[in-house]
Amino acid sequence: MIQIENLSKTFTLHNQGSAVIPVIRGAELQVAPGECIALTGASGAGKSTLMRMIYGNYLAASGRIMVGDVDVVAADPRAILTLRRYTLGYVSQFLRVVPRVATRDVVAEPLLATGSDLVAARARAEALLARLNIPQRLWSLSPTTFSGGEQQRVNIARGFAYGYPALLLDEPTASLDAQNRDTVLQMIEEAKARGAAIIGIFHDEAARARLCDREVDVTGFSPEQAA
Amino acid sequence: MKDMSPIDRPLLQVAGLSKYYGARIGCEAVGFELWPGEVMGIVGESGSGKTTLLNCLAGQLAPDAGQVLFDLDGIATDTVTMSEPERRRLARTDWAFVHQHAADGLRMNVSAGGNVGERLMAIGARRYGDIRTQALDWLGRVEISGDRIDDRPTAFSGGMRQRLQIARNLVTGPRLVFMDEPTGGLDVSVQARLLDLMRGLVREMGLSAIIVTHDLAVVRLLADRLMVMKDGQVVETGLTDQVLDDPQHGYTQLLVSSVLQV
Repeated sequence: MIQIENLSKTFTLHNQGSAVIPVIRGAELQVAPGECIALTGASGAGKSTLMRMIYGNYLAASGRIMVGDVDVVAADPRAILTLRRYTLGYVSQFLRVVPRVATRDVVAEPLLATGSDLVAARARAEALLARLNIPQRLWSLSPTTFSGGEQQRVNIARGFAYGYPALLLDEPTASLDAQNRDTVLQMIEEAKARGAAIIGIFHDEAARARLCDREVDVTGFSPEQAA
Repeated sequence: MKDMSPIDRPLLQVAGLSKYYGARIGCEAVGFELWPGEVMGIVGESGSGKTTLLNCLAGQLAPDAGQVLFDLDGIATDTVTMSEPERRRLARTDWAFVHQHAADGLRMNVSAGGNVGERLMAIGARRYGDIRTQALDWLGRVEISGDRIDDRPTAFSGGMRQRLQIARNLVTGPRLVFMDEPTGGLDVSVQARLLDLMRGLVREMGLSAIIVTHDLAVVRLLADRLMVMKDGQVVETGLTDQVLDDPQHGYTQLLVSSVLQV
């Protein structure tokens, strides 16, 4: 489902003496449907960078990132938008929403974007929020004022509202209590069971052991290592 | 039910669009495609040519060179070379223009209902009852209470005027909306409300929009794609979050790093 070949990334800082910083070189990765792989490596090794490149949020210098039949490296913005709408979900560490929009609608949005009707989308959103222990009295409020853990759970609900065939998860359990953590791990297991290809960053070792079929240490993709 | 099936051709195709003010460049060699349902943001600092470009695209300013092809029933029609009456008809039916200052887009001495109804009458609506019903419906959609229908915009706050301007523009069901700093000069809480409203309308009506702004937070939330302008030239284009999070051009890097973090 996801196939990365000979991928490299450099940052060029034009306003800091045009410094060129190579961050990834020769990255290779394959994830099959129903498989969950963990990206590992020390902080700063490039786990999030690689994940953002797969999502089309960071541009690659060279190489290929096939998600389904779309090469994210070469695709135009329109193709990437379509990919993100129907194929590739991303649960980032931070919730970014239009202020004033109700939590229920924030979660329902990916469903509305894929053609669900409003009633069905809201029902699904409410079921997810209930499952993730977001109190019902908060559903009609904007999540911008919620606690960190609540925002993260809203973000997860949103990421799991639509059944993407491929999912990117950046620290999905980071600030959750034991019970909510377990719920999120179950949701990830269910996504695997329905055949989603999943790439995750988990500092939580037990979560990694429970969910992941393989671990890929991104230190192996660092330019110093390869040189 | 609205039609969810995508139309497989661009709504707007722009090529080599240039406008000069004497020897000075307004905008130069701008080209892009806009597809149905897409929202494109144009960012840049004051004087970068973004408003000049918008005015050329919307037929409000005659460019010195280039094409602006608009899809009319499958025929890409150059709006630069069409006759003035044709262009005006398009501006009333298929296009809408939301100005930064609501006073430029509203008739300030006409009631709120009259402002909305006038656009409908311009495309041939004649029955007073229908016009008033539609005007009421649209005031509701932009969250203006129905009992304000007979008030003039002079009695409205800045945010309400802007929402009224949006209602006036969208009542005729345009396919393409041009917006020039639509949230400029509004309080942040009012901006948020307007952003939410615009996002909802764009999705429900399947609109395409081109939004000029210097506010990167506005484009992050509203625009699918971004075009960055400097000195009349397009220096970078791409997916909005990609351009903001991994800017490639030195000017964009400067622009993004200059934003105060809240």
